[in-house]
Amino acid sequence: MGHPFAEKILANKVGLKETVPGQIVEVTPDVVLSHDNTAAVCGIFKRMGGIAVFNPEMHAVILDHATPAPKTEHAENHRIIREFVKEQGIKHFFDVGRGICHQVLVEEGLALPGEVVLGSDSHTTHAGVMGTFGAGIGRSEMASIWALGKLWLRVPESLKIVVNGTLPSGVTSKDLALRVIGDLGADGGLYMSVEWHGEAIEALELSQRAVLSNIAAEMGVKNSYIVPDQKTFAYLEGRAKRSYEPIYPDPDADYARVVEYDVSTLEPMVACPHTVDNVKPLSEVKGRHVDQCFLGTCTNARLDDLASAAEVMKGRHIAAGTRMVVIPASSDIYIEALRAGYIEIFVTAGAMVESPGCGPCLGNHMGVPAVGEVVISTANRNFRGRMGTRESEIYLASPLVVTASAVTGVIASPEDIEEEKR
Amino acid sequence: MSIIKGRVWKYGDDVNTDVIFPGKYTYTINDPKQMAAYALEDLDPQFVKEVKPDDIIVGGKNWGCGSSREQAVTCIKENGLGAIIAKSFGRIYYRNCLNAALPALTCTEAVDAIKGGEVIEVDLASGIIRCTAGTFQFPPLPAQVMGIFEAGGLIPYTRKQLENRQELIQ
Repeated sequence: MGHPFAEKILANKVGLKETVPGQIVEVTPDVVLSHDNTAAVCGIFKRMGGIAVFNPEMHAVILDHATPAPKTEHAENHRIIREFVKEQGIKHFFDVGRGICHQVLVEEGLALPGEVVLGSDSHTTHAGVMGTFGAGIGRSEMASIWALGKLWLRVPESLKIVVNGTLPSGVTSKDLALRVIGDLGADGGLYMSVEWHGEAIEALELSQRAVLSNIAAEMGVKNSYIVPDQKTFAYLEGRAKRSYEPIYPDPDADYARVVEYDVSTLEPMVACPHTVDNVKPLSEVKGRHVDQCFLGTCTNARLDDLASAAEVMKGRHIAAGTRMVVIPASSDIYIEALRAGYIEIFVTAGAMVESPGCGPCLGNHMGVPAVGEVVISTANRNFRGRMGTRESEIYLASPLVVTASAVTGVIASPEDIEEEKR
Repeated sequence: MSIIKGRVWKYGDDVNTDVIFPGKYTYTINDPKQMAAYALEDLDPQFVKEVKPDDIIVGGKNWGCGSSREQAVTCIKENGLGAIIAKSFGRIYYRNCLNAALPALTCTEAVDAIKGGEVIEVDLASGIIRCTAGTFQFPPLPAQVMGIFEAGGLIPYTRKQLENRQELIQ
């Protein structure tokens, strides 16, 4: 019997012939990713007696959570990080405005096939879009890696999701992701390594695949792997910061669980308040009034997301009584969206376009809801209080649905607008 | 030390890190003592008012799912909690507990049997939970991880490791 991806890459990293689920291994990651919490990690690192980091080349420090700084505390936090980065000689540092860490890590060619990325952020699973083993860890663990260069990991069981068929028009990888999380539940992949296989995954562009590796964290997984292919390698050409060696699961690998989907009849899906696994077909929640629509975050604010939203928005205006916030996931995406005319479409329609970062996703700034308000967002998390007040409701959906909702003022699909016109 | 005796705070399934420690505080509150005041703010406002040292949280499945924020463990630990017992834990939350030397115990049968408000006993050395309904066994920590727990958490553990390295160099 062969081995799934996680068992192979962890064996490879520690120089063993094989590993089995449940085994504890001590791994030296290729990349350690930290964001605004780098300042807190610095504090812990010093309390541990750390002076110089184990390997400055290993670090990617990307400021995104509160950028530009909304308060003096955030600004001070950023200042501490800039000083630390300089003092330690950390080269892969991306200051405020560059974008959301998970997206920037990919754009900068730092998330590579066959490599291990550990990040002090739960959505570090995102890196799996490149065939990377990406897992989230805590701040103290991050500080401990800075000091010792290694961390213990439990070799996870593996969950294989095979997706066949062709996505219908207007249905995206976000809808697939929500459907899967709704079916399997918030702990459906707990402690596991999830692998996405099948013709429907192969057909997706990297940007759409990234939704799957990103939001898989919401079913408890350790990492989320997508098989790297020609699309992956072409994207990395001239971009990869190092040469890399992809690692693939064995064809006869033994999985703890295999789940199959055919997406040919999949409908647009919506995660309803207050959990990501509270998923319903769009048809069941249509017509709910929304106060704010948010097109942003590491989950769904790449160029194709903005393009599909702009297509819906073009020549239209945001409904009275509704607001829209747009935040491109990175500065590269922002510039491309600007050149393609999408930004003009959003602003003309009455949307607010903010600088790249996490923004209101976790309730920091740039458009948090008021008490009693309803938000529909392209993000990955809708927990109670997530966007600042526990007295608000957050729905999660694709960029198409979020934009159509902005135009109509109620939860809607792009077809609803077309029908209205006729 | 290895026996923890305290009153139970019982909660349900999938309690996430946002309700344990809201994201809006994550970059403005850095002092662990201060974090304690916001523990479970969006889940149970009574908790911080009435919690006593050695009290025990009993959660359902997937306790602490969501964000990697360590404050969601720190804020509980700083209130002097003795242990968290759950059917399962969000994976980063579980790691954060071990790294903070806060016992995170997995025992489905005990969770089903324990009632909110009762006083229970946890014997870490023998892996036993005693409550009104009976006695339950929980699985021990992996040996490799026990070292971190016994050192008092990852910070003292790493400090020790660093000191050992320094000695080797000298």
